[in-house]
Amino acid sequence: MNPIGLVTRVRPEPGLKPDETVLEIENLKTHFFTAGGVVRAVDGVSYAVCSGETLGVVGESGCGKSVTALSVLRLVASPPGRIVGGAIRFAGRNLLDLTEREMEAIRGNDISMIFQEPMTSLNPLMTVGRQISEAIALHQGLSRHEAFVQAVEMLRRVHIPEAERRVHAYPHQLSGGMRQRVMIAMALSCGPRVLIADEPTTALDVTIQAQILDLMRELQDRLGTAIILITHDLGVVAENADRVVVMYAGRKVEEASAKALFESPGHPYTLGLLGSIPNLEVAAQTNTRRVRLSEIKGMVPSLADLPKGCTFAPRCGFATDECNAQYPPLVQHRPGHWVSCWHADRLLGGSS
Amino acid sequence: MSAQSSGQARGSGPAALLEVQDLKKHFPLYKGVFSRVSGQVYAVDGVSFHIDRGETLGLVGESGCGKSTVGRTLLKLLEPTEGRIIVRGEDITDADAAGMLPYRRQMQMIYQDPYASLNPRMSAGEIVGEPLIIHRAANPKERRERVLHLFERVGLRPELADSYPHEFSGGQRQRIGIARALALSPELIVSDEPVSALDVSIQAQIINLLMDLQDEFKLSYLFVAHDLAVVEHISDRVAVMYLGRIVETTGKTSLFETPLHPYTEALLSAVPIPKYGARERKRVILTGDVPSPINPPPGCHFHTRCPYAMARCRREAPTLREMLPGHWVSCHLHERGAIYPLAKPPGE
Repeated sequence: MNPIGLVTRVRPEPGLKPDETVLEIENLKTHFFTAGGVVRAVDGVSYAVCSGETLGVVGESGCGKSVTALSVLRLVASPPGRIVGGAIRFAGRNLLDLTEREMEAIRGNDISMIFQEPMTSLNPLMTVGRQISEAIALHQGLSRHEAFVQAVEMLRRVHIPEAERRVHAYPHQLSGGMRQRVMIAMALSCGPRVLIADEPTTALDVTIQAQILDLMRELQDRLGTAIILITHDLGVVAENADRVVVMYAGRKVEEASAKALFESPGHPYTLGLLGSIPNLEVAAQTNTRRVRLSEIKGMVPSLADLPKGCTFAPRCGFATDECNAQYPPLVQHRPGHWVSCWHADRLLGGSS
Repeated sequence: MSAQSSGQARGSGPAALLEVQDLKKHFPLYKGVFSRVSGQVYAVDGVSFHIDRGETLGLVGESGCGKSTVGRTLLKLLEPTEGRIIVRGEDITDADAAGMLPYRRQMQMIYQDPYASLNPRMSAGEIVGEPLIIHRAANPKERRERVLHLFERVGLRPELADSYPHEFSGGQRQRIGIARALALSPELIVSDEPVSALDVSIQAQIINLLMDLQDEFKLSYLFVAHDLAVVEHISDRVAVMYLGRIVETTGKTSLFETPLHPYTEALLSAVPIPKYGARERKRVILTGDVPSPINPPPGCHFHTRCPYAMARCRREAPTLREMLPGHWVSCHLHERGAIYPLAKPPGE
């Protein structure tokens, strides 16, 4: 009955695509209909994730990375939000065609999600043991007692000390790192094939972040779960993702293997992002303090009022008339390396 | 201990703009009908450092280590429990509100949350000009001129001076907060996590702005943050805090290349590096959480999570000692002038 602990998996060569695609998002469009106009939060995004793979999704606040994930589970508040186009394929079915009831059987069972702030996503009035066993009992048809026993086992697997005692604790009695472990235990309790982790470590301190990411990798290796890791932290992506999708203003602007993305980014936005983070190694080794970070000027445009043409053009150092006139198509420049920019060749040109 | 450890690094002379000696801030915990004091939160428990003119001291640590309390206490926004705060040789520890007034002009603060730290009912221009009113530093006409000049200097369009905070983005609000801190031409700015609420691309803009302003006005910064990469980028020297105490302090190069405290070592190795291949590096992953500052562990506060802990660490708190020139560390591993080799830091 226990889905955990049986499968051992050899981690594929990073960048190489393992064969089995588990989840595929195709030209997804999620719009919000507000008094101020239509907000195109997600405007034609496609990506796929394979079993055992970690796909990093990066972008700044408001780029649509979380709304894409919520759309997969059909959790976008409606109204004002609505999925107006596209398909989400999972196990041969389009999730957008399912009834709410069929969707309930998938949520938390085949596809589960970890949210950023564990305090607001756990029920403060229930012990963590009950919250975990509720999902297990519901999806796997176990009795309450059996489910509870398994909840203890899950807590042990996420390395919570004294699991037998903690299972009776309420969320407020646990620290932030522990709560996030409980969230992970809950998300993995039914052995999902896809785990969506939306900023899973953003609210945590770095030493705790390292523990949690380590734990996610360990469980993935054991279970072969596909992970969609949504984050704004490029360091977290570099160290955990196999492939990366970069989003800007509701669209995917670049997709590449982690290696290609960090070594030769093809989109000026990706290049700008990489330049604007202080790098621990570089910062420490430059004794002259006056190293300016290469900033991206301006700010993200309002999604209700996007510029014509490329949405990044107003902030882009490479922008030409062409960019202001028309949005660039997503083109595959190298195997597996897709960029949506009229000048991608100039960026990719030098390196090979 | 306190007197020596305040003289750390870079041959501080009487020139130090600010000197903090053995600063302590304890918050009493009350219990019951009679509000009996039932315990203390040892938020800051004996911290000493100095900041020279034009210098940036980075104060880094995890949540609850007391780094923000240090910033607030040295501006006397909180009354220190013990210790001394010395500005340009003058002891301000016991100064009352009126006595503090001249010092407040020299010491300003930038806050973390650009949403909570601006009064929503005041226009951006009024917010920036308010310190000038409080300190009677300018007549209305001069004030207006100064505000517009400050707006320009921090990269805001002067015509936005009459807009209200909600009309600005997070990055712009942080610029307003910076302009307000600059209004009285201070010498020291305490910035408490000034960029952690901002997006990556905006964060870079604000860091660059802070560095430019420092050059232009010869400002000193106490830069409080949890992000080691940001702190390393902007600071001349870095002090690492853990549970109310400074465990290590040195120039940033030696901190990264030869961390001497096991906590610094773990902290450095936990920071994700945005470079492909960084994942292969050796990591020191700490187990457990930071203990509560209400009942900090006896001896060295870090011993409960320290992979190198010895029996002595449980009994006896180490003091800060200078192990390498300008490099102070508080750890029993390094004894009698001999440096204990920690595992190689990341990236090597």
